[in-house]
Amino acid sequence: MTMSHKGRPTRAGEAGSPMPHQTFTGNKALDMEEPLIFEIGHMDNCGVDLDEPMDFVPHLGNHMRSEPVELPALSEPETMRHYVRMSRNNYAIDSGLYPLGSCTMKHNPRLNEKMARLPGFADIHPLQPISTVPGAFELISELADWLMELTGTNAVAMSPKAGAHGEQCGMMSIKHAIAAKGEERSIVLVPESAHGTNPATAALVGYKVVSIPAREDGTVAVEAVIEKIEAHAGQVAALMLTNPNTCGLFEPDVIEIANAIHEAGGYFYCDGANFNAIVGKAKPGDLGIDAMHINLHKTFSTPHGGGGPGSGPVVLSDRLAPYAPLPFIRKNGDELEIVETTDQLKDGEQPFGRMTAFFGQMGMYVRALSYMQSHGSDGLKQASEDAVLNANYVRVGLQDLMTLPFGVKPCMHEVLFDDSFLNDTGVSTLDFAKAMIDEGYHPMTMYFPLVVSGAMLIEPTESESRASLDLFVATMRDLVMSAKAGEKDRFEGAPFLAPRRRLDETAAARKPILKWVAPEPTKVEPELA
Amino acid sequence: MRYLPLSDNDRADMLARIGVDSIDELFADIPEAVRLEELTTLPRRKTEMQVERQLSAMANKNVSAGSLPFFVGAGAYKHHVPATVDHLIQRSEFLTSYTPYQPEITQGTLQALFEFQTQVANLTGMEVANASMYDGSTGTAEAVLMAHRVTRKKKAVLSGGLHPQYREVVEGVSAKLPGASVAALPADPTGTEDILAQIDDETSCVVVQSPSFYGQLIDLKPIAEKAHKHKALLIAVFTEVVSLGLLESPGAQGADIVVGEGQSIGNPLTFGGPYVGLFATRQKYIRNMPGRVCGETTDAEGKRGFVLTLSTREQHIRRDKATSNICTNSGLCSLAFTIHMTLLGGKGLARLARINHMSAVALADALSAVEGVEVLNSAYFNEFTIRTPKNAHDVIEALAAKGVLGGVPVCRLDKSGGDIDNLIVVASTEVNTDEDRAAYAQALKEVLA
Repeated sequence: MTMSHKGRPTRAGEAGSPMPHQTFTGNKALDMEEPLIFEIGHMDNCGVDLDEPMDFVPHLGNHMRSEPVELPALSEPETMRHYVRMSRNNYAIDSGLYPLGSCTMKHNPRLNEKMARLPGFADIHPLQPISTVPGAFELISELADWLMELTGTNAVAMSPKAGAHGEQCGMMSIKHAIAAKGEERSIVLVPESAHGTNPATAALVGYKVVSIPAREDGTVAVEAVIEKIEAHAGQVAALMLTNPNTCGLFEPDVIEIANAIHEAGGYFYCDGANFNAIVGKAKPGDLGIDAMHINLHKTFSTPHGGGGPGSGPVVLSDRLAPYAPLPFIRKNGDELEIVETTDQLKDGEQPFGRMTAFFGQMGMYVRALSYMQSHGSDGLKQASEDAVLNANYVRVGLQDLMTLPFGVKPCMHEVLFDDSFLNDTGVSTLDFAKAMIDEGYHPMTMYFPLVVSGAMLIEPTESESRASLDLFVATMRDLVMSAKAGEKDRFEGAPFLAPRRRLDETAAARKPILKWVAPEPTKVEPELA
Repeated sequence: MRYLPLSDNDRADMLARIGVDSIDELFADIPEAVRLEELTTLPRRKTEMQVERQLSAMANKNVSAGSLPFFVGAGAYKHHVPATVDHLIQRSEFLTSYTPYQPEITQGTLQALFEFQTQVANLTGMEVANASMYDGSTGTAEAVLMAHRVTRKKKAVLSGGLHPQYREVVEGVSAKLPGASVAALPADPTGTEDILAQIDDETSCVVVQSPSFYGQLIDLKPIAEKAHKHKALLIAVFTEVVSLGLLESPGAQGADIVVGEGQSIGNPLTFGGPYVGLFATRQKYIRNMPGRVCGETTDAEGKRGFVLTLSTREQHIRRDKATSNICTNSGLCSLAFTIHMTLLGGKGLARLARINHMSAVALADALSAVEGVEVLNSAYFNEFTIRTPKNAHDVIEALAAKGVLGGVPVCRLDKSGGDIDNLIVVASTEVNTDEDRAAYAQALKEVLA
């Protein structure tokens, strides 16, 4: 029987009592089955009290809807219960350790939420007169100052809406800068270990991607970069490198790599998804980067919200700064000038265009600045150190049982294992990860990065206490021992205790059902009619 | 530091357990020349009270929409959001969850996305919708790229009624691709441009906004017919989703892709973001659609459940062959949209739309009674364009000085000059009262006198 660290049985049916019966409702106490609003809503009801206009004399021409909108409503108490019940089927950082490597699931302070909801930030319009929102530009400008100072750069494009959008912004700046020199280049170098967004972005901006293999220790060798630069002489527009990389390692050749790409007339795009490991420890600008996006939703703790919204400001080197997109803030002493259109440009300013309507993710800017001010320079550095400390603590707790693909050595903010420790156990990486769910943990990132077999990337973040890490390590050890002891039934088909068992993703993709459709009325059998 | 659980004793013990003497040994791979000792230029940590004081001081310098008669629209709208919405989206389980990669423990997010997709598809009159885009403007650019993939052509025709900043985003993203071109028509406040003449066999897509940036309602049917004749797609854009409660859906008019801004439902103004892009299309195009998609399936016990699906389109699988580079969507904003829409239902949305429309009609009546002011639109929803005898920028500033935020001078976004310089886009929603409208008309009269 499997026991928790306190000796409690952890699997259904092993509690010394018989398997619970199938309940009438399908609920299991606090684990509730909740239908879709389309199955419980009312077409003739409304959860908002609105007074019908006295006279309705439309000025709509012939554009009136012919059919009413087919959407049900729930009253306020029903709405509340519906979404509260659904929410309880979600894992969240507030309910447990969330070790998704590369995703940085750290604590989201509620002060940030409170600040973002101040009417002076939440209830202002992006196109109301600039003279009525000086505090908004002051906030954006102060956040920009922090980002530039932390990265050692002199320019930042604030408007990109997420990390990948920031990559796009950076790569478009590069493309524009190259065109401004009267050159044309077609190739972007991307290491094999890169996030999928890097090659996708390069292609989106119109570049051909050439892959750089990782060397045996999981990092990129400057020689490998030079080899590709020479193979495509004069054609390499940029290199996109994540640093610290997706194996959780700081790229030791980074300065030489930057020099090599610069000597070849190209630009160094740095994926800043892992900036959280080195805030206050090193400035990317000092490493020679030309552009780097910063995921405010990772490093600076704006909440992930089940998949967004994010925010991805891009810091730029002096070489790329002139090409930053509209809009931007020009600092004139203490005065802030808002540049929204090309007629406002001064000599040397050559924006490549615009990434989005308006000014970007203001709500995320407020949260990020609130986080930075709370931490201060000392706290931000401490947070990086604790993140790295916690990852290494997990590493030493597990490295004798799990396998480190690049040997025993320190990692940065995340530790990468491969699945060779599962060889001959009959347990797959996926099964292993799903078994973590039964133990009350969200699995780590799996099968990424692609450079190792069965990657398991664990990022505990600085938000975990030592006791939390100890329990996590003990749980992982128990799972590994169990796998090695041949207890396959703990893994095959896991999870057993989650609100849902393993879901059929193949069927979902083969015959996509992307919206609710009313079921056909059941046919009445002739003899019953 | 209040967000960091480790004590100095913990840190010392943990370093010993790891087998290093100092934390800096763990950062040994950082070249020595660039290692930082301290960030002396930045302030040190602050208490919660200090941060609150500092940020509140900044917020207080801004004039918030709720504090005065407010008529600014042009792509973002002031609406009343029920208190239930903000409470629910702040539940930890929604707020602090990641993209639902592990569906067994994220059914809450996934079910909400499935509800969202159904709501968006039904509202727009389309067959399918995705799980949201960053916002309406970036969604429009993605729609153009999708049309290029579907039609294997690369010329986009943009209506002069498209939001100028949406046009800039489209031009910035899609015109940079090899062989791609954008034909953007000049500003069209009254919806009288001849866009049909622009559509030819080279055309991949026609992008038309209705209600337009200027508030004008546009008949999409003839444009769809002409586009389809030339094997081009009609991309229908909207910036005010509430209008769909009252107006014929773009799907019913023959649109192939419908994309728009969903901020009005559930989401505050927040100075332009985060917002939520709505994106819907025909079933046959789903494998060319950008962004995350949630689909229904069953679990190992046969129970219904939801998963992210069609991921073979996406960057983490297809890398440089992906349909787009999108990884993040607007999860929490789409949840706010879904909850607000659930409270409203189709019936409530229609009523809200009628209130908005009548609010704008009343304002149009009040403003057109001011001498020299002309309302340009023959048919509009909750927004319209006025021409005044004076420069619009100056008029808006003078109104602001009188405590009325009276709309957006078109010349702030469109520098083509001429008549444009005297146009103001004005919105009126359910939040505006008779007193607000009277105050606006009075102030405008004084400013123009």
